[in-house]
Amino acid sequence: MKRFPEYFTFWHIAGHYGLRVFAFLVLLFLMLPILVIMPLSFNAEPFFTFTEGMLALDAEAYSIRWYQEILDDQKWLLAIRNSFVVGFAAATIATVLGTVAAVGLSSPWMPYKRIITALLLSPMIVPLIIIAAGMFFFYTQFNLVGTYGGLIIAHAALGVPFVIITVTATLSGFDRSLFVAGLSLGASPVKVFWDVVIPLIRPGVISGGLFAFVTSFDEVVLVLFLAAPNNAPFRARCFPGCANRSIQPSLRLRPCLSCSRRRCCSHWKRCADVPQR
Amino acid sequence: MMKDLNIDTFLKFDDVKKSYDQKNLVVKGFNMDVQEGEFITLLGPSGSGKTTVLMMLAGFESVTSGDIAIAGKSINRTAPYRRNIGMVFQNYALFPHMTVAENLAYPLAVRKMPKDKIKAQVAEYLNLVELSAFGDRRPGQLSGGQRQRVALARAMIFEPTLILMDEPLGALDKNLREQMQYEITRLHKQMGFTVIYVTHDQAEALSMSSRIAVFNDGVVQQCAPPAELYERPANAFVADFIGENNFVPGRVESIDGATAKIVTDGGTIVAQATADLTVGGACRVSVRPEKLFFPPSTHAHDNALTVRFETRIYVGDFIRYYFKLPDGTDIIVKILNDLSAPEFTDGAEAQLLWLASDCIAFQAG
Repeated sequence: MKRFPEYFTFWHIAGHYGLRVFAFLVLLFLMLPILVIMPLSFNAEPFFTFTEGMLALDAEAYSIRWYQEILDDQKWLLAIRNSFVVGFAAATIATVLGTVAAVGLSSPWMPYKRIITALLLSPMIVPLIIIAAGMFFFYTQFNLVGTYGGLIIAHAALGVPFVIITVTATLSGFDRSLFVAGLSLGASPVKVFWDVVIPLIRPGVISGGLFAFVTSFDEVVLVLFLAAPNNAPFRARCFPGCANRSIQPSLRLRPCLSCSRRRCCSHWKRCADVPQR
Repeated sequence: MMKDLNIDTFLKFDDVKKSYDQKNLVVKGFNMDVQEGEFITLLGPSGSGKTTVLMMLAGFESVTSGDIAIAGKSINRTAPYRRNIGMVFQNYALFPHMTVAENLAYPLAVRKMPKDKIKAQVAEYLNLVELSAFGDRRPGQLSGGQRQRVALARAMIFEPTLILMDEPLGALDKNLREQMQYEITRLHKQMGFTVIYVTHDQAEALSMSSRIAVFNDGVVQQCAPPAELYERPANAFVADFIGENNFVPGRVESIDGATAKIVTDGGTIVAQATADLTVGGACRVSVRPEKLFFPPSTHAHDNALTVRFETRIYVGDFIRYYFKLPDGTDIIVKILNDLSAPEFTDGAEAQLLWLASDCIAFQAG
């Protein structure tokens, strides 16, 4: 039994436990839709519902055939590989560029800071469909539509804002006199940056890079505009099935494979006011 | 100020000016010659330009005009990381992701010293600041005083001939500060480097420096050894800023060489005359609270003023008396807490005595 301060009345204690119960209810409310979907991916039938057999916990009603199907299908495997290749390359570019941009923007002598920040963060705010259409027309002039390079550049641009935000946040706690101290000890500015600044902002750089990666991994609108069939990543393959109204078996796996990303990213989206895709 | 071209001038500031906005000068023509091994303190209220001078010397601020030279060579165009000047910061500026030993090794590693030599040197300097057992700790695991000792060792380890200290003891409490003052003086004597020290704490400046430059409003008011600064302040600002001082207003009656006769409300007094004093002009006579004494006394005295007692404050090792002159000016007297410290009743009249050589008359203004 928890010890409460002496002055606590019944209502204090009721409030204490009431708050906990309420917090768990909220958590449940948020998690339930995700938890419910997971068993559906083991459905033996090609329907997106709980069958009677599943509810009766009949082993026959469950199967891993949809997982099997994905792993057997070359197209799906290529798509997954594309997702990782594009995501990794885009995240790398976004991390490097975003970190450099954040370091520059946090310098006290940076002119036009607000305008440049707004410009760099705009991919997070402008509706994706507009970015996608714009990029499509822009890319046609350079024959970039349908290439890996084009897709990577586009996804890197989408990832940069995440890196800038996380790195700027870690830099705000960075003591500039450390940089000055490094110089006074005889290290060149570039060396101080590598030896002192980078290790200290590493958490921001890494989390920014992860956000950039999952942004690319989960992105579908740009892909529909810019990718060719052979380099379409995993997420894009989930959607033609919908359009055809045929039940794309592997579609039900999607929530399971990407729900973790939804959760970790949802707060970013809310604060950035990005339209839900 | 003397401007001789001395051979052993190690560091020379020649009419150094600094402006941030191209309109107002923060440093208005700073001149100074520093000999090797000196401990120079730049002392002044905040915003007086002392830190700006230090930053220009370190290379983190550009020089608007004038020249800074080390060993006869101008360093205006040398990048800060090539100046080979050690620096100690108020907030220590230790790298938090490195251990103490790694912090010390950093400047040596940058200079591409072989690994075994680095190790030996780090051990030697850890020993020097009495932190041999702390090499593997992170700065976050040390106390403030220990951190500042690490910062000191790091600034010395690459054996710079010049070390700058920007209010290094500002973040420490009083006891630690005194301990660190001793530590810094000890290392300075032992290693023989030159120190430029910035502080706004005059007690610190007086106890550590070989010379002190008092800054106000971008101008050096006086640059002198501590005792001279305290006993022979060049102007009223220095007299007021360094230590405590009483100022008795008056009018100059006559000037006789080095002394002047001053007429005040409480009587005529004799004081040391400053150069700009004019007969008939208004002046202020400064006299330190500890130079005043009461009758009966075996001391000889030149001056006596009648004052009215206000209050007496018990400080411990001494007692502070507050008096008022007839014109309302406050006079503070410090007397050692021994049997001679008298008691007064409220509003009682008292006589204050002092020597002419203990007071200086400054032009009022």
